[in-house]
Amino acid sequence: MELFGITPSVLLASLMVAAVPILLAAIGELVVEKAGVLNLGVEGMMIMGAISGFITAVHTGSPALGFLGGALGAMALSLVFALLTQVFLANQVATGLALTLFGLGLSSLMGQGYNGIKPPRTPDLPFGPLEQIPFFGRVLFSHDWVVYASVAIVAAVWAVLKYSRAGLILRAVGESHDAAHALGYKVVRIRVLAILFGAAMAGMGGAYISLVRVPQWTDGITAGAGWIALAIVVFASWKPWRVLIGAWLFGGITVLQLNLQAAGSRIPVEYLSMSPYLVTILVLVIMSSGRGRASLNAPASLGQNFHASR
Amino acid sequence: MLRLEKRPTPSRAWAWGTPFLAVLLTMIAGGALFAALGKDPVAVVRTIFWDPLFGEFAFYLRGQLLVKAGPLTLIAVGLALGFRAGIWNIGAEGQYIIGAIVGASVGLAVYPTESRLVFPLMILAGGFGGWLWAMIPAILKTRFNTNEILVSLMLVYVAETILSKAATGFLRNPEGAGFPGSRNFSSYPAARNPELIAGTGMHWGVVAAFVVVIAAYVLLQRHLLGFQIRLAGQAPRAARFAGVSPNRLVIFCLGASGALAGFAGLFEVTGPAGQISIDFNSGYGFTAIIVAFLGRLNPVGILLAALLMALTYVGGEMAATNLGLPSAAIRVFQGMLLFFLLAVDLLSNYRVRLAGFGREAR
Repeated sequence: MELFGITPSVLLASLMVAAVPILLAAIGELVVEKAGVLNLGVEGMMIMGAISGFITAVHTGSPALGFLGGALGAMALSLVFALLTQVFLANQVATGLALTLFGLGLSSLMGQGYNGIKPPRTPDLPFGPLEQIPFFGRVLFSHDWVVYASVAIVAAVWAVLKYSRAGLILRAVGESHDAAHALGYKVVRIRVLAILFGAAMAGMGGAYISLVRVPQWTDGITAGAGWIALAIVVFASWKPWRVLIGAWLFGGITVLQLNLQAAGSRIPVEYLSMSPYLVTILVLVIMSSGRGRASLNAPASLGQNFHASR
Repeated sequence: MLRLEKRPTPSRAWAWGTPFLAVLLTMIAGGALFAALGKDPVAVVRTIFWDPLFGEFAFYLRGQLLVKAGPLTLIAVGLALGFRAGIWNIGAEGQYIIGAIVGASVGLAVYPTESRLVFPLMILAGGFGGWLWAMIPAILKTRFNTNEILVSLMLVYVAETILSKAATGFLRNPEGAGFPGSRNFSSYPAARNPELIAGTGMHWGVVAAFVVVIAAYVLLQRHLLGFQIRLAGQAPRAARFAGVSPNRLVIFCLGASGALAGFAGLFEVTGPAGQISIDFNSGYGFTAIIVAFLGRLNPVGILLAALLMALTYVGGEMAATNLGLPSAAIRVFQGMLLFFLLAVDLLSNYRVRLAGFGREAR
């Protein structure tokens, strides 16, 4: 079965792959924002993850170590953000922007000499006979481990936030840092840990772009994926499962426009390639307006710095 | 242990001192970075900060400073208005591109009319283009409460796509043998933005930047609207009680910064850049964010900050050609500057006290 020259099962399968980077970055940012910290440096952390992961994978020959390297690279960068906002009490919006500007520059500096190299391939997981199931085999059982890991991480974040004590403390810190502080929770420490988790996710997401999606290194490879991830958190009203839906929606649009370009659609290429950004704006408008306003769900202390005066 | 104590009001001395401290710290950390890249840090720092002003080729490079500082000042002054009010326009890069495209389109539409009116008309069109592009996040913010940070940034990517369409499609030079890029304005006298005084780099965009700095200073210090902008940023609740309309401020701040970025784009495309090309934008819209903070969101400070940032651009290019310093290293350097600036800002808002030495045994 084909629609406009596109096979639905292939479309769904590649949608799940295309969604992985923004899914990882968005679920990480969700945890950060749930702790009351607005880190606008997702784009910078992603691209740092993309280049550190790429370098690690090329030198070790192991994609798995590459993802680890990507996570560590982004975490190192996010420590600067954590230090500035949590210790030096700098404005979170400005610091996040600085993180993105700095990350874009540093990644391009680190990436010199890595253009045109192919990273080691991340193989698909073997599912044996399951792969042969018509339609579902292609859609569900033809991916590499990161695709499944990213969905598992969404489930884990959801469970931890909803059912565990740690999740409750994290949410308390994000809703009212003064109350959490009065109860004896270490607000700064919890927020730093949340920032590091968010960075690790963004770094893995970035590494997925340079190791699997593209797969090679070019300057500015993330092309706004980090910003789309930030938008998805708003779209999801800070709910983990909706992040998954949001990421798949955007993955779907990305894949669809690429397929339409390849299929030689009559819509000019320019309109197709700007569509993910336009859809992001459209979705933000829909989610932000009216009675079901997403902002009502935002953590109450989001973006506010905490200074223990007592 | 060190303890932080919030100051009742920010320290004025530190407000002026922190930018210098940040620059100094950035030079040290940047020197370490250049050393790590295998360059002589002293030579690099001298090439960036000294040679363009007093070195062998200073007579040429000093002019380049104004060429770079002009658009940075224009954009950063506009951004600072919004930042002061807590309105975050970070899509100036997109407004800059659209301003350049709309302004250039007007000029190219009447090509080759020789009239004194062409250039002023193009300036207006450029400002209008930037204003229009900034009105998208502004109206979405006021009507639908949409986050202006994300919308204005998304529109940068949209603008870049439109730019590549303009360079290869609707604005392509019909006599350009099919190569991308518009007609070159340097060969169209009525629409040209020439160097006004030879060797200084002074063009109409730089003149506009000076005018805008003065206008913004007067607005912020002497006009009710400027007071409202400052009030909304420092005490949003008080501003609401005082009857300041947040929506009006959003429309004004985004509109002003968009128009200024549009002007900057128009002056750039008709002057230093010369034509609409695929890679016409060079990141001024993002660097201007650093400039705005380095200038402490103060118009006069921004002018000085823009000159300093222009120095890192010009000196960075020198270091790239003479010492083989990668151009990305300069972007890292500029990013570092913003980090240090945000870090040392602590000193103007808080006192750092030594605690735990008996005197305050709590």
